Amino acid sequence: MKAGNISYRIVKDKIFKYFIIVAAISSALPLLFILYYIVSNGISAISWGFFFELPKPPGEIGGGISNALIGTIILIVTSSAIAIPPAVLLGIYLSESRNSMVSNLVRNAVEVMQGIPSIVVGILVYAWVVEPSGSFSTLSGAIALAIMMLPIISKSTEETLRMIPHYILEASLALGVPYYKTILRVILPSGLSGILTGIIISISRIAGETAPLLFTAFGNPFINWDITEPSNSLPLLIFNYAGSPYKEWHALAWGASIVLIAIVLLLNIISKIISKKWEVKF
Amino acid sequence: MGSKVLKIDGLNVYYDQSHILKDINLSFAENTVTAIMGPSGCGKTTLIRTINRMHEFTHGARTEGSIKLYGKDLHQIDPILVRRKVGMVFQKPNPFPTMSIYDNVIAGYKLNGFKLSKIEKNSIVEGSLVKAALWDEVKDNLYKKGAFLSGGQQQRLCIARALAMNPEILLFDEPTSALDPIATDRIEQLINELKAGLTIVLVTHNIAQAARVSDYTAFLYLGELIEFGTTKKMFTTPKNKKTEEYLNGKFG
Amino acid sequence: MINKLAMNSFSGDQSFKFILLSSAAFILMLVAGIVITLYYYSSLSLSTFGLEFITGSTWDPVSGEYGILPFLIGTLLTSIIALVISFPLSLIITIFIGEYFTTGMPNTLMRGAVELLAGIPSIIYGFWGLFVLVPIVREFQILFDIAPYGVGIFTSAIVLAIMIIPYSASIGYEVIGLVPKELKEAAYSLGATRYEVIKNVTLSYSGSGITAGVLLSFGRALGETMAVTMVIGNSNLLPGSIFGPGNTMASLIANEFTEAANELYLSALFETGLILFIVTAVINILGKIIIKKFVSGTK
Repeated sequence: MKAGNISYRIVKDKIFKYFIIVAAISSALPLLFILYYIVSNGISAISWGFFFELPKPPGEIGGGISNALIGTIILIVTSSAIAIPPAVLLGIYLSESRNSMVSNLVRNAVEVMQGIPSIVVGILVYAWVVEPSGSFSTLSGAIALAIMMLPIISKSTEETLRMIPHYILEASLALGVPYYKTILRVILPSGLSGILTGIIISISRIAGETAPLLFTAFGNPFINWDITEPSNSLPLLIFNYAGSPYKEWHALAWGASIVLIAIVLLLNIISKIISKKWEVKF
Repeated sequence: MGSKVLKIDGLNVYYDQSHILKDINLSFAENTVTAIMGPSGCGKTTLIRTINRMHEFTHGARTEGSIKLYGKDLHQIDPILVRRKVGMVFQKPNPFPTMSIYDNVIAGYKLNGFKLSKIEKNSIVEGSLVKAALWDEVKDNLYKKGAFLSGGQQQRLCIARALAMNPEILLFDEPTSALDPIATDRIEQLINELKAGLTIVLVTHNIAQAARVSDYTAFLYLGELIEFGTTKKMFTTPKNKKTEEYLNGKFG
Repeated sequence: MINKLAMNSFSGDQSFKFILLSSAAFILMLVAGIVITLYYYSSLSLSTFGLEFITGSTWDPVSGEYGILPFLIGTLLTSIIALVISFPLSLIITIFIGEYFTTGMPNTLMRGAVELLAGIPSIIYGFWGLFVLVPIVREFQILFDIAPYGVGIFTSAIVLAIMIIPYSASIGYEVIGLVPKELKEAAYSLGATRYEVIKNVTLSYSGSGITAGVLLSFGRALGETMAVTMVIGNSNLLPGSIFGPGNTMASLIANEFTEAANELYLSALFETGLILFIVTAVINILGKIIIKKFVSGTK
């Protein structure tokens, strides 16, 4: 380090600090304006009917997004049911196995899964489910979303379980509790909050996914409860209506954007509360 | 002194390539406390982990020789049953963080899926906590989590948890190394009281502790059993020079 | 892994181990299935075009000619420009959170803002870009006398940059949080100013971690679909300038997949997906390896 002129160095230090503060705030603020813009555009579309009615044809004011809302809920529930069991098991496997050839291979497979572009997941599930079954369906959309959830849940499960001290495991084993019961009844409950947090975060990530649904759930102007039929979802509705030339549909899309952001935010807040309240101290 | 509960014959333990315990022959008498001491790395902990077969959870562990509990080779018994007969108390107090004090005491039954009536459970919990000299301190807080207990109380809770399974042998792996002197004193008293009902093996690197609580002492050095005998004899007239040096604090 | 001896006790342990192993086998089969499927569906395109698929600059479903050079260039351009824009901004936010305000109100607010922005789905960024950013860019293009498309490579790079900032900033402050305190304290005790510590200790120490963050952000940008699709203009020609319309591999698939009426067309789109998959997988694994090395180096 150059000795330099002390006062010059101190001035430089001060300038740098203020630069960082000003620059950080001025790069974060415009980003928050995006949020403000979305809310100010969409808030007028939101009413009771917005949640319970179907979209109206272009030219008619009003209408709702009930089809997309119900579609999104069904997609989330179905994809969670598909993804959670294998993902948690995989997380247990990863946390319990350390540095063998196989486990490293599996770990890399999870990394690869996590990096797959969502559009590629869409065409894969098209090839696996839609083409053989002959039609777009809610189920195929849920499978696509489940594929995206899987690596997120298994990595958070693995990380959570690794944080649990080894002596907890030993305490149970030394009581003559079989290994599998130790994992299921001692280790998993100790990591429950972390695992749940991971699951909720994965849901908040896939709730806004559009690309994997383009060729799977496809979209549907009506409410659909049958998972073998196509379904709409909030992001699909936003995509389709944003690209339309009709002002009324744009308003619906802005309103749907608010709802989608609110869902994602709510899930994030719930995950924070769970990880704080249910945290197990060792 | 009583009959031999546990007999170790020609025991060799390896972790992968390293030879941890070399040809150990040792037996433990009923209702006594046997201290196993020696400098760190001498294999004390490995020795007691071999007794309840916890060493099998370490990758690459291999054993030769026999360990007999009342004449029955432990390696012929299912390890799960072995661990129910041979309890263990660890260096660091490790109550289950998600469970209440009550549930911690009957954890061995609960986790193994034994069905007990409320009356049976209550009597096991009270009996074990009384034996572990913890009952009076926690009887009003049985349904609270164990986290608010002091380190010494947590360790006695772990002893109660082990006692609840009615073990024939209780292994202590340096049970007071994480505790303050007062808590240590209580645990030592407790060990003295407990030996009336079972056989105790105590690993310690604290020479004074071995002198205070044990009837017999085994001295291990670099995986070999250097000397074994009554504590009184070993501390007054050690046969082996290594033992004498260790007792005089020349190394360790 | 648990030793076999300990497992041979109750059948429960055996079946539990079996279930765990099957979940591991499942994920391996899934990844293998992904590769095989993409390859299988691409095989027609692979055998028809060979390397020309990558070097060809014409994508014409009518004449049955498929070359993805325009989309490769479009993908790289949008992602690289997005990185160039987002890197300094996320570094500033990283230093703000990770060095100057590690606790307290400013930290909570800035982190909250970053997490909030990270949570907004990409479709909404695209929607916003289409309605807000595109008109603004168009105004500037008129001002500077460039063809006023509004949409285009530059516009989508800006949207991508906004989307990447929270992601790379969050990697950033995790990385610089791992810089050993003793190192910084050693520099302070030698009389270094905070600026000198940040420059000579924090940033130089976490160099490889930051590089990995850039790589991972790059991987994200490459595969991003919806936001780009909405503002890039979807032109299948070689981009003439970064201010004109273009297309990326991901948005090509999004736009044309349901229109692919014949086998070769579909196969060409699958091959595009295969290439996208391989590139992002390599970048991701590389990034994760660097991060892992960095993390184990700090211990």
